Amino acid sequence: MAMSSSLLWAVDIFGRVYTLSTVGQYWELCKDTQLEFKRVSAVKQCCWGIACDHQVYTYIFSGDVPIRYQEETYENQRWNPVGGFCEKLMPSDRWQWSDVSGLKHQQLDSFTLPSPHWEWESDWYVDENIGGEPTEKGGWTYAIDFPSTYTKDKKWNSCVRRRRWIRYRRYKSRDVWAKITSHDDPDQLPDPFNDISIGGWEITDEPVGRLSVWAVSLQGRVWYRENVCHRNPEGSTWSLIATPGEVVQISCGPYDLLWATLWEGQAIVREGIDRNNPQGISWSIVESPSSENGIMHISVGVDVVWGVTKDRKVWFRRGVNSHNPCGTSWIEMVGEMMMVNVGLNNQVWGIGCDDRAVYFRQGVTPSELSGKTWKAIVSGRESDRSQTGSSASLLSAGCFFTDDIQNQANAIIHGDADTSSDTELPSVSMNLANTPPLGAAASNSGNAAGNQTAEISANLTVDPLDSDQGEAGVASTSNEKANLEKHKSSTNQNPSAELQWTNIDLKEAQKHPVLSISTFAETSSLSSLGMFSVGAEEQYGADEHPLWAWVSGGGCLVDSHSPLKWFSVPSGLTSSVQSLSLSITPAQTAAWRKQIFQQLSERTKRELENFRHYEQAIEQSVWVKTGTLQWWRNWKPHKWMDVRVALEQFTGSDGMRDSILFIYYMYHEEKKYIHVFLNEVTILVEVLNEAKHSFALYTPERTKQRWPIRLAATTEQEMHDWLALLSMSCCESRRIQGPPSHHAIWSVTCKGDIFVSEPSPELEAGPHLMPCDQMFWRQVGGHLRTIECNNQGVVWGIGYDHTAWVYTGGYGGGFIQGLASSADNIYTQSDVKCVYIYENQRWNPVTGYSSRGLPTDRYMWSDASGLQECTKMNTKPPSPQWSWVLPWSQDNERLCPTEALGKGTSWLHVGTDQPFISISIGAFYQVWAIARDGSAFYRGSVSPKKPAGDCWYHIPSPQKQKLKQVSVGRTSVFVLDKNGNLWYRQGITPSYPQGSTWDHVSNNIRKMSVGPLDQVWVIADKVQGSHSLSCGTVCHRTGVQPMEPKGLAWDYGIGGGWEHITVRGNATEASRVITHDTSEEDPARSMDLEDDESKGKTEPSKTTPLMVSEGQELDRNAVNC
Amino acid sequence: MTDDKDVLRDVWFGRIPTCFTLYQDEITEREAEPYYLLLPRISYLTLVTDKVKKHFQKVMRQEEVSEIWFEYEGTPLKWHYPIGLLFDLHASNTALPWSITVHFKNFPEKDLLHCHSKDVIEAHFMACIKEADALKHKSQVINEMQKKDHKQLWMGLQNDKFEQFWAINRKLMEYPPEDSGFRYIPFRIYQAATERPFIQKLFRPIASGGQLHTLGDLLKDVCPSAITPEDGEMKTQVMIHGIEPMLETPIQWLSEHMSYPDNFLHISIIPQPTD
Repeated sequence: MAMSSSLLWAVDIFGRVYTLSTVGQYWELCKDTQLEFKRVSAVKQCCWGIACDHQVYTYIFSGDVPIRYQEETYENQRWNPVGGFCEKLMPSDRWQWSDVSGLKHQQLDSFTLPSPHWEWESDWYVDENIGGEPTEKGGWTYAIDFPSTYTKDKKWNSCVRRRRWIRYRRYKSRDVWAKITSHDDPDQLPDPFNDISIGGWEITDEPVGRLSVWAVSLQGRVWYRENVCHRNPEGSTWSLIATPGEVVQISCGPYDLLWATLWEGQAIVREGIDRNNPQGISWSIVESPSSENGIMHISVGVDVVWGVTKDRKVWFRRGVNSHNPCGTSWIEMVGEMMMVNVGLNNQVWGIGCDDRAVYFRQGVTPSELSGKTWKAIVSGRESDRSQTGSSASLLSAGCFFTDDIQNQANAIIHGDADTSSDTELPSVSMNLANTPPLGAAASNSGNAAGNQTAEISANLTVDPLDSDQGEAGVASTSNEKANLEKHKSSTNQNPSAELQWTNIDLKEAQKHPVLSISTFAETSSLSSLGMFSVGAEEQYGADEHPLWAWVSGGGCLVDSHSPLKWFSVPSGLTSSVQSLSLSITPAQTAAWRKQIFQQLSERTKRELENFRHYEQAIEQSVWVKTGTLQWWRNWKPHKWMDVRVALEQFTGSDGMRDSILFIYYMYHEEKKYIHVFLNEVTILVEVLNEAKHSFALYTPERTKQRWPIRLAATTEQEMHDWLALLSMSCCESRRIQGPPSHHAIWSVTCKGDIFVSEPSPELEAGPHLMPCDQMFWRQVGGHLRTIECNNQGVVWGIGYDHTAWVYTGGYGGGFIQGLASSADNIYTQSDVKCVYIYENQRWNPVTGYSSRGLPTDRYMWSDASGLQECTKMNTKPPSPQWSWVLPWSQDNERLCPTEALGKGTSWLHVGTDQPFISISIGAFYQVWAIARDGSAFYRGSVSPKKPAGDCWYHIPSPQKQKLKQVSVGRTSVFVLDKNGNLWYRQGITPSYPQGSTWDHVSNNIRKMSVGPLDQVWVIADKVQGSHSLSCGTVCHRTGVQPMEPKGLAWDYGIGGGWEHITVRGNATEASRVITHDTSEEDPARSMDLEDDESKGKTEPSKTTPLMVSEGQELDRNAVNC
Repeated sequence: MTDDKDVLRDVWFGRIPTCFTLYQDEITEREAEPYYLLLPRISYLTLVTDKVKKHFQKVMRQEEVSEIWFEYEGTPLKWHYPIGLLFDLHASNTALPWSITVHFKNFPEKDLLHCHSKDVIEAHFMACIKEADALKHKSQVINEMQKKDHKQLWMGLQNDKFEQFWAINRKLMEYPPEDSGFRYIPFRIYQAATERPFIQKLFRPIASGGQLHTLGDLLKDVCPSAITPEDGEMKTQVMIHGIEPMLETPIQWLSEHMSYPDNFLHISIIPQPTD
């Protein structure tokens, strides 16, 4: 064995032990095949294992250095006047034969070999060397008395003497499995064993080759093997180590890390391991990453911990080091594994859950301990090669991986480790282009089998992205046997069977496990190389593809600069694949290039090797969440496709968080991804879809396109979890918190969801007007049809059942903070005024997150009071998503006088000729209304002193149009007709406040809102984006100036599906903020009373504390037109 | 077979073990322990030393704390040079960890730029990238990028996200297939011994005859003293990212693979160590 190579150990499902050299290409069967093994744990010099008899065995490599143990004993004599030095000792003296201290009786014949694995090298002999110098006289040393200092020369006063006898024994059982026999008390025997792990060689150098050997018995007890070192490779005894529970499995790292798993699913971590105490002192408990699925398997390295939970998910433990062996948190990794094993240099191997292949974690480096991707080891077994020839071993090995293809395929995969790249699982589809011959062949062994196979194979050639794939998977599973059977029977007769390569994602691979076991892996990029013809002349069967049960890399040294040959199959075909895919330029072989690689490697060694324990300057980011969602793909034909989604949240060195959402998808068998910076997301909006729980995500760009990213989850809960997390991240990255400001712009969608946006001063004025597609909207709990607000923070709404609601967030004392701190607080804060309606109430994604974002919080609300009352109303929500959460309190008496509306005022009936459907009040007491017949009315002489005014002025509607909504700003009056035309009232002056004519502004308008700055916002239909058309779009009238009150053009914002907007709170103007009293700016509310039965009732204007004379009012009201 | 991409990774993940100690004259309330950190070679001192600052501020009286600055053996360390460059230039061939002295007083106005916030570093970093692209592509690539791509470059550096950074930086390293390289190579040559901050000239990756220019060609052209042997011995080392590439290395390859994130090749010329 070359010095530079080392071995990976593995056990197949039949208990056969194999090794794979880092310079080799084949699994080699362990030399000693007498036994079948369950588990092995290897280090460089040896391997320990549990055989099928549940006994512990050790396999010590033969090496240049013999394992010798020197036994010694001392012969002691006293001088006797009669016979000189003789065997007769005084009664107080030591034994005639003793150990060096004289305390232990040690006769020559009391020495026996400790186990059958030792042999004596020779007989006992006298050691004539004392202190390195040869002595004469038979090796005696002399002293005055026992115990004392011995000299080699006899003196006059030398009364005692002693000499040392030596005998060497040699460990003979090398390169074989040697059973660890135990001389312990049988009652204490930790028998039978269940798991074993060895490591700890870096804790101390003394004695040479010291190892920590830990084992777990079937009863769940943990045992430590004492005194295992080079010259005592079997150790001496087992010591029982108390544990807080029954242990299933244990893992010991090269240094001081030791973890074990408990039956209950937690992990326990040994603390206090050091050179003086390699057994450690105490245990700490680490909980499983998932509450439902306990930890099943654990493996530790120098400063990493990997785990597998019972659902086979793989986890990486963050923040593990000597000082904190428990680490900080779990990160879920891609892939499902039976077990994982951390070896030298924290490299990781695993056994795939479905295919039982051994995977190597690629890209594990000191800076990226979690690595990049799982890569299947496709090496065949030596035995296969010799038995069936190269072609068969090619098939059995089954993979056409090459490093370089892989790298290219992953070159643009983003982010780190766990989620950045998918597991590549071996899988294949047979393209039975020549089905007839196959069918014929299959019929030899049974028609049914042949037909089924043909069907499966046909299915498998379908695009893996296609949803039909699921069926194919099912079919293949049910017919797995037939399939394999068929291969056996038919391959001989079908030399030209072609293999077509597809890439099947993890999900799919799970669906047809046997195919992946029995056949081949490949990479996505390979498929682009086209099809390969395989002369499948040789017989092969499932048995020839190794299925692994256990792997141990504790002795396997993989460094980044020694290429492994494990990922490609050594055959003529493979090399041709490689030459196809690799373009080796002369530059790559140039000396300067080699020099750079070598020097960089040396630099890393020099600058990093001894300093790995130093803290990293930049904290690595955290993957907050990964998962599988469906994505409405952006190429035709559009449809939902499964994607992997990862939200990466990182904390900048300034402590600020930012997040990126990655969506990984397959495009024509090529892995691709899109990513979105959450600080660019403008809105997350739930999209109701019959079959899917989906939501849309917009950025300014996507708003322009009218083509959001649409994602769907399988369950509502899953969607809400994502929405909550994404919303939180959006708000975090924009530093938005707390309740909406008084100036907020409110809008509702046609589903009744309420969104609020904080206007920036640049929205309405300033040198650089902010496009309204850049507005960030966040959802506020609740469900409304119409919403209105003023700039004092009063927000009212009307629900679909015509109930009026007032927003309590303004005076509720900051509900967001309540939510952020704890659910209890929220409950307390929600006084009786906050009534929750509808049975299906739920936590709202935006308001509903707590600081921990626990989805369980939401159920706090399930039986809030008010439920009864609301169900009585028997309203039919337009969607199942109605939620009344705390920011809203119901005004049950609706539009009746409330204290909120001013001191002591009451509703005064104002007589009208006919029912009104809309009313709006401007900044200067201009009261405008729309009657049911579609005409407009202006109320004369309304003033603070006389809020009811005196009489209605009928104002005819524009010709042939029936009006439906009016909105009055500071001075502007806009109306909307039932055909979607927006009109501006011309000719309004202080002396002629009714105005003169209607000016057409725009068509395709559904709703409008005129604000206190006379800004005009509408909900427009039919807005053409670059990718799609949207109805119900928020639009902003640009170019509105005192001289140009109608504005010039539309700027398009969020949509479609929007129903209503109110900008009546937004009085924030850019630099030229109006400086008069708030009372004057205070716009009256406007309430859309469309198809409301509240005919004839009008809403009084707010009383203002500061009285202004009408004369002044009118002067200020001067309009230049 | 090692991939060129590994060079990018090695360059990116280069770390310098550093020991920060507080300057002896700084007034503290109790003794300041040294602080050990692995500094990313490609980053900037003031970008990655928040922990250091916090550590030392703990032992200082509040009124004594002002802008932090760093010094190595009497030389104030310029935060606007990448850390790897500072190390190569001032401290190669010395024992590790690199011992940096932390100051809070007597800011050396004439030597150092102020760095009051991360925004200053970002501005500097982006300015360098833009300058580099002006040399490489007449600014075409950087100008075609969206603002978020610029942000991604910066965030990639700030958060030590190799993939994130390279997803964008890749575009800055491309060149039209009809050309064999960049227009000009963005490089800066620093000499420890001289007063002049650095040498920067226009240098094309391809000779007029079509052959690739090498590192040696570049040095011969702009800094011949660096490769002139004295008494038959090389008195200098040419160092990039802590290694000495062979002078035969094509400069275009170096620019693509061994530039700092700011897209410049920062080359240090230092005296050969005398054993």
